[in-house]
Amino acid sequence: MSFESELKNGNFCIPECIECKEIVWPPTDFCSKCFGKISLKRGDFEGKILEFSKKEDEFFCVVEFYEKIRIMAKMLQTPKIGDSVKISKCGISDGSYFFEVS
Amino acid sequence: MTRVGIAAYGITPFSTDDNKIETELFKSVKNLFEKNPQINRDVIDTVLVSTNNNSKYLGPILAEMADIQPKTAHSIESLCNSGTNSIVSAYSYIASGLAEMVLVSGAERYDSPGQILEWDNSRGEFKHPIFWASIFSKSYKREFSISEEQLALVSVKNHRHAKENPNAISKKTYTIEDVINSKKLTEDLRLLDCSRPCTGSASILLASEKITKEFSEKPVWISGIGQKTTSAGFTKNISFNSMESSKIAGQTALNMANCGIDQIDVAEIHDAFSVCEPMALEALGFSKPGEGMKTIEELENTNEFKINPRGGLIGSGHPLGATGIAQTIEITQQLQSDANKRQVDNAKRGLVHNMSAAATSSTVLVLER
Repeated sequence: MSFESELKNGNFCIPECIECKEIVWPPTDFCSKCFGKISLKRGDFEGKILEFSKKEDEFFCVVEFYEKIRIMAKMLQTPKIGDSVKISKCGISDGSYFFEVS
Repeated sequence: MTRVGIAAYGITPFSTDDNKIETELFKSVKNLFEKNPQINRDVIDTVLVSTNNNSKYLGPILAEMADIQPKTAHSIESLCNSGTNSIVSAYSYIASGLAEMVLVSGAERYDSPGQILEWDNSRGEFKHPIFWASIFSKSYKREFSISEEQLALVSVKNHRHAKENPNAISKKTYTIEDVINSKKLTEDLRLLDCSRPCTGSASILLASEKITKEFSEKPVWISGIGQKTTSAGFTKNISFNSMESSKIAGQTALNMANCGIDQIDVAEIHDAFSVCEPMALEALGFSKPGEGMKTIEELENTNEFKINPRGGLIGSGHPLGATGIAQTIEITQQLQSDANKRQVDNAKRGLVHNMSAAATSSTVLVLER
């Protein structure tokens, strides 16, 4: 079970090192600190909006989880800096990840 | 350790031409040797090619095309700062004694694959550079209460400078209203806020002190080098309104050159987008945090060419692998008093700032005459 196979099924997981418990981002096969193996944490994770802009009718935001993981995600509602959001949709399309938060 | 100098350079106009990368590379090399017939090509023992193009073996190919049989020939790629990374590699070859004279040639096509960093999946579907530039612009405007009209001045200034640069892709000048009314790419970015990917080539010949003095009547020396890579992914930037890698690279280069930023007479700044120029000026110490636009307004009001005299990336165009070399050529011309209408009076020391992928990696050079 890899981060990408989960993401393909619409599940956003948090990669964590089995040995040192470090959150590893972007996801890789081994921990970037101690090179330990990675496990995936499932959950309904809450992130915080750090910054955003807008293209046509869609907002795009930088969202941070656990002060470690940052992604760029689409948002349909008007974002506010510091607002808490959750991933409502995610996956892989044409080789690229995509995320939507609400 | 020998000093490393700039013995010669060649550059041709940037364009949207659909040339093969090999053809484009050769253009500036031809220009270099035609302008400097005194240079003995047998002395060149290394050929480095700076590009993001996917063609292979370009170092040896260029060497064969230019009738050079070097000891070493290879390519260097680091997205938008490939050019100065190649110059740093050339410097290292010479300073270590592995080479006496290095030809560094950069080229890119308008459709370069280096424009998008496919690896950076943290950006989700927003991988095009306009998205990180929009985040930088929004964050910078919010943090320092800067308006989009103020930021537009960067584009106005650099297009005006580019008009005096015969190799620049832009030949037009624009007003602040023109920039604001240009195509809205995102809420925080207009078309004229952006540098334009293009086809272009630039070449430079670096050499040991002895050989530089032999071949150049007006030698220019590389006295400072600073490099820093903080990450590869855009979202790892600790701030979206400052440039950490540029700050560290700048301090390192100035320390090596044993000078302060107030002793820099002219600088080429990596203005991939309007907001990058004030952010870089602040990171390098030309301006206090949040006062980069104030510096740019003062330069514009006094018609000074001190920052981005050739028109920056916005006015000149941005052929990725050639950009850092073209910036270095501009500073060389300035220090040799050969910059014509762009000339900054009595320029003795200059700086080149070249960065990659949303300032995750920066290279800064200090040049002296």
